Amino acid sequence: MSYGSRTIIDKIWDAHVVATREDGQSLIWVDRHLLHEGSFHAFDQLRRRGARIARPDLTFGVADHYVPTRNRGSIAPEIRRMVEQLEENAREHGVTLFGLDDPRQGIVHVTVPAQGLTLPGNVMVCGDSHTSTHGAFGAYAFGIGASEVAHVMMTQTIWQKRPKRMRVRVDGALPPGSTAKDVALTLIARIGADGAQGHAVEYAGSVIRGLSMEGRLTLCNLSIESGGRLGLIAPDDTTFAYLDGRPYAPKGDAFARAVEDWRALASDDDAAFDREIVMEGSDIVPTVTWGTSPEHALPIDARVPDPDLIDDPAKAQTVRDALAYMGIAPGTALGDIRVDRVFIGSCTNSRIEDLREAAAVLADRRAVVPGLVSPGSAAVKRQAEEEGLDRIFRDAGLEWADSGCSMCVGMNGDIVPPGERCASTTNRNFKGRQGPGARTHLMSPAMAAAAAVTGRLADMRPLIAGRTK
Amino acid sequence: MTPFTTLESPACPLPLANVDTDQIIPARFMKRPRSEGYGAFLMHDLRGEPGNAAAVLDDAAFEGAQVLIARRNFGSGSSREAAVYALADYGFRCIAAPSFGDIFASNAVKNGVVPARISEADAEALLSDPGVLAGGRIVVDLPAQLLRVGNKQFAFEIEPVWKTQLVNGWDDIDMTRSYAAAIDDFAAADSKRRPWAVPAA
Repeated sequence: MSYGSRTIIDKIWDAHVVATREDGQSLIWVDRHLLHEGSFHAFDQLRRRGARIARPDLTFGVADHYVPTRNRGSIAPEIRRMVEQLEENAREHGVTLFGLDDPRQGIVHVTVPAQGLTLPGNVMVCGDSHTSTHGAFGAYAFGIGASEVAHVMMTQTIWQKRPKRMRVRVDGALPPGSTAKDVALTLIARIGADGAQGHAVEYAGSVIRGLSMEGRLTLCNLSIESGGRLGLIAPDDTTFAYLDGRPYAPKGDAFARAVEDWRALASDDDAAFDREIVMEGSDIVPTVTWGTSPEHALPIDARVPDPDLIDDPAKAQTVRDALAYMGIAPGTALGDIRVDRVFIGSCTNSRIEDLREAAAVLADRRAVVPGLVSPGSAAVKRQAEEEGLDRIFRDAGLEWADSGCSMCVGMNGDIVPPGERCASTTNRNFKGRQGPGARTHLMSPAMAAAAAVTGRLADMRPLIAGRTK
Repeated sequence: MTPFTTLESPACPLPLANVDTDQIIPARFMKRPRSEGYGAFLMHDLRGEPGNAAAVLDDAAFEGAQVLIARRNFGSGSSREAAVYALADYGFRCIAAPSFGDIFASNAVKNGVVPARISEADAEALLSDPGVLAGGRIVVDLPAQLLRVGNKQFAFEIEPVWKTQLVNGWDDIDMTRSYAAAIDDFAAADSKRRPWAVPAA
């Protein structure tokens, strides 16, 4: 271990190494392990070995992937089974569960941070690739597969190789209308959906410092969409103010002591990164995806590519295939693409600020296409209702539902019908992600709201002129 | 886990980039236990799509293929290990591509499947190799990190740790159990060093 100039990535890593083998693999201590319905594969592995969860006090379960967002009174049996299976496993192993009827229920990456369970300097894992979300607090958080989930259950540790370090610096300031989602999509388009593979990413620079916790959560959430193992942001006063008083956060003297430790996590000024990307905030404009990978993202005033103008045959074929799936002619202006529905939700963009930004566009307007709004947690839902946001969504003609992963992944039955086109605040425009044959365009909540009121991909900026801060 | 040294079989050429784990196994098939087998759902919706981009999977020429060749960013996206279950249950024991989703590659190794990283040029060469396209046999030599087709050979990269684990068929959990005392010592020291790190409440 070297204790010279270190990045935040190295500092957290060094503090969690239990042992390092000769081959360089390190056994890393895990501070928080999050489970959901999909964790049944790992529980089955435990059962086969006759093993128990080593540290149930550091393990939390959340029902989110399969939970219904509508008609919770009449749940399809195979969906109910998934939720009950999680309840049974959590009970058997003494794990705290934010289950279907719990006021703390919500999407794991929304409700867990809001409960104060995500702390700076923590190592966190979950059998979900968007675990990178928690990096917003300066946590070292990453998604793992079922075999690794079983390993963490049994040992509270995980084998890892020290990752390469990448810094993404976003300087200057964002223009009005541009959000953390636009920063992320712009970055992914630039470096590619595999651009950060093998790296842990630190986001830095004045634009990042200026983001709220909600914006930071959105940005770190999308780290996996550029292939990053994880993405994080050094904790600062914004982080500490958010955490102070949250149910599971340290209290009183323990909090003061923690803040002292957390301040020391920031990368040293002369710490070296393996790779650095610099972006200018003023260049980042409202962005949407046109294809079947998050790297297929362009500013809203652009046209989709024409494969005939691409020299590399493999790249041209990828573009041709994506456009064919999406049902879009080469060279079409993005603003000419009509949508069939909108979805506002997911671990990427379902927090209170996201709902406020969408509502600012929708207020006193009608959606011309159907749409679903699924708040990120039961608590976000309650707060939005206190603020009257639910009325704005309902009055616009959108459906106001309960919280879950919902139409981002379609596991609970909320799907986009085959061939339909959805303006979506989610994280993946993969083929079939929102349902077989579904066509997904990723964008910020305000851009999804703009699509709802215009019936096409549309620039939200003219629609909020004179309306928001 | 069964040790992996070499294998010889036809290779299935899948000329697609960004084959994410949602495409490898659509979410709606993930409710069943592993013991029921996931092979039948491999790339289910791609194979049902007009123009079927994954038609090679159903091509008799590649019957019995244990090697899959694809373009960049294979297995990106969702952490679902079910994607590896589908590939493994279908019969694949090696995926050769220019890059892989990190979580997918790790999941593959846990299930005895080799994520073999080849150059973009070699991926294109293999995808258009007449021997491969005719259903000819390919040899995967893990200790030598080589793919051999006819008289041609292509080097591949893999994390040395994963190679060791695959060649020996090691199980992570058994290995970690030998560190039980170190884990206990760490936990005890850490609770003094970072008393705030455990959940309050």
